Amino acid sequence: MLTLRFILKNLFRHKLRNSLTIVGIAVSVLSFGLLRTTVDAWYAGVEASSATRLVTRNSISLMFTLPVSYEERIRAVDGVTIVSRGNWFGGVYIDEKDFFPNFAVDARTYLTLYPEIQLNEDQKTAFLRDRKGCIIGVKLARRFGWKIGDPVTLKGTIYPGNWGMTVRGIYTGRDKGTDETQLMFHWDYLNETLKKSSPRRADQVGFFMIGVANADVAAITALAIDARFQNSLAETLTETEKAFQMGFVAMSGAIVAAIRIVSMLVIVIIMAVAANTMAMSARERLGEFAALKALGFGGGYLALLILGESMALASIGCALGCALTFPAASAFGSAVSQFFPIFQVSTLTVTLQGASALVVGLVAGIVPAWRAQRIGIAEALRRIA
Amino acid sequence: MSVPTAPAGDGSASPAIDIRSVSKSYTRGQQIVPVLQDVSFHIARGEFVALMGPSGSGKSTLLNLIAGIDRVDSGSILVGGVDITTLSESELARWRSRSIGFIFQFYNLIPVLSALENVELPLLLTPLSARERREHAKAALALVGLSDRLDHKPSELSGGQQQRTAIARAIVTDPDILVADEPTGDLDRVSAGEILDLMAGLNANLGKTIVMVTHDPRAAERAHLVRSLEKGLLIDDNGGDGGGNGNADPALHP
Ligand SMILES: Nc1ncnc2c1ncn2[C@@H]1O[C@H](COP(=O)(O)OP(=O)(O)OP(=O)(O)O)[C@@H](O)[C@H]1O
Ligand SMILES: [Mg+2]
Repeated sequence: MLTLRFILKNLFRHKLRNSLTIVGIAVSVLSFGLLRTTVDAWYAGVEASSATRLVTRNSISLMFTLPVSYEERIRAVDGVTIVSRGNWFGGVYIDEKDFFPNFAVDARTYLTLYPEIQLNEDQKTAFLRDRKGCIIGVKLARRFGWKIGDPVTLKGTIYPGNWGMTVRGIYTGRDKGTDETQLMFHWDYLNETLKKSSPRRADQVGFFMIGVANADVAAITALAIDARFQNSLAETLTETEKAFQMGFVAMSGAIVAAIRIVSMLVIVIIMAVAANTMAMSARERLGEFAALKALGFGGGYLALLILGESMALASIGCALGCALTFPAASAFGSAVSQFFPIFQVSTLTVTLQGASALVVGLVAGIVPAWRAQRIGIAEALRRIA
Repeated sequence: MSVPTAPAGDGSASPAIDIRSVSKSYTRGQQIVPVLQDVSFHIARGEFVALMGPSGSGKSTLLNLIAGIDRVDSGSILVGGVDITTLSESELARWRSRSIGFIFQFYNLIPVLSALENVELPLLLTPLSARERREHAKAALALVGLSDRLDHKPSELSGGQQQRTAIARAIVTDPDILVADEPTGDLDRVSAGEILDLMAGLNANLGKTIVMVTHDPRAAERAHLVRSLEKGLLIDDNGGDGGGNGNADPALHP
């Protein structure tokens, strides 16, 4: 098709200028994708949370604990099907910068409540049997080269001392969003040790994890739990797991907002760059446009040529940018896996990348296309002569 | 190409182009610059007219009005019985694509397209199939003697060859009228001669009505009729009526 050939030949007219524009668009689309993926990673915990799980903690803050005796009373609340308990252990392996999340949990109830933590039966049995056993996510295992049976010693930051344990299971996540970088060990191991070393800190729970029958009763159940502990020594705050995870993200909400704004700005900037490229091209071709119009071509045909070219620029740049996003995200993701256990490019991100390229192409071409409609033929021919 | 021996114009037919009291001025800032003042004349079907006159006398302006790429202030221009001053922009564009072939001083070819593609371009506005378009374009290029340059880009052609390509583009849709603004203005003598031969041949053999603006007496010589403009007024070279009947006046030097 002649018109298509015409557009393509126009595209290669200024190879350097158009290549630079394409590279610019590709880099912007790539940055947009990575920034969005970062935001997604931030919210990964929220996304992965279940609507049928509640978390109960001390109403003052997460730094304060609750007596273990609360567990029985929570279990008695209407709608509660299962209760597990956990403490943020905050142990360090080798060095602070080798951070990974580690918890002390009541293993049996925890594994029932979190079916997305997938462990084969043998490993599960071995873990439950060994009081000093632990389970680790498959990504964590890969990171430190740990295998089943390996001894691991965590240095306590909240609970002083060296805490020796043995890897009894390596779990995989059932869902895409499941964090595979964690370590879980027995709450009893922590508690019994504390009973000897610092009895005042024993029998204290960081948070209770609660299963409810269905999502509809979650809100009522949460209220009922908190009502039960009103005016007691340690009041509770119960929220859905989603809200609980949101609490962590909210602390860094401003950063997330900033990243979001930057990701949009990147697109706006490249829009200006692409618009400039197209305006320059169109200005240079004023005489050709006038001649085409004299031959009888309408403004619509000129718009087709211009928008065709700007859309082609944007599409090529976008395709390149999208193609680069995946390897870049996986490289970036493994570099920051201790901060972002889940770092995956979502379909929505790719869709938005495509949409933003579409907008860039349109915006870049629209002004020159509109101007081309208004070219006075005689005037333009005179000007180029 | 043969030099025409007799005007191809059919004197008895209605004039191909009938210009009636056309005036045109431009405004530059506050100032109004009158360019054409009450210009009237006829050009018969199949005529070959040269428009001459000093620089700035309004030759290009008049040609643009006849070709329908500029608008009159007052008066009317009838082409083949159609008053083109009453047409809308899009009607005018459609009319141009069917009725007018353009030959510009600087050829105005599309630099990224080959000679063949350049000539094919106006046929996009016709219902012809891609194959028919190519055949027509090849035939037009053969007519101007460029069958061996189909795939050349304009930059790979000489000035004369570029102008011949432009002529092929002008005739490929088979319009009745060709307008040429200084078609030899940018060419050496030999190339200019070839282009004039070609135009004269198109006039004699295909019956194209040609309106040509030129400064070159040699070019004017090839026309049947020379019209001179001076300061926006039509000067009658015959000393006859200012309107003229457009019939086979002998070619005159200005
Ligand atoms: N768009 C415009 N704005 C202002 N003045 C104009 C415009 N177009 C033409 N003119 C003026 O109209 C007059 C006639 O111009 P035109 O181009 O028709 O002359 P011409 O006879 O073709 O001259 P030349 O032989 O130099 O090509 C000139 O004085 C020119 O300055
Ligand atoms: Mg002129």
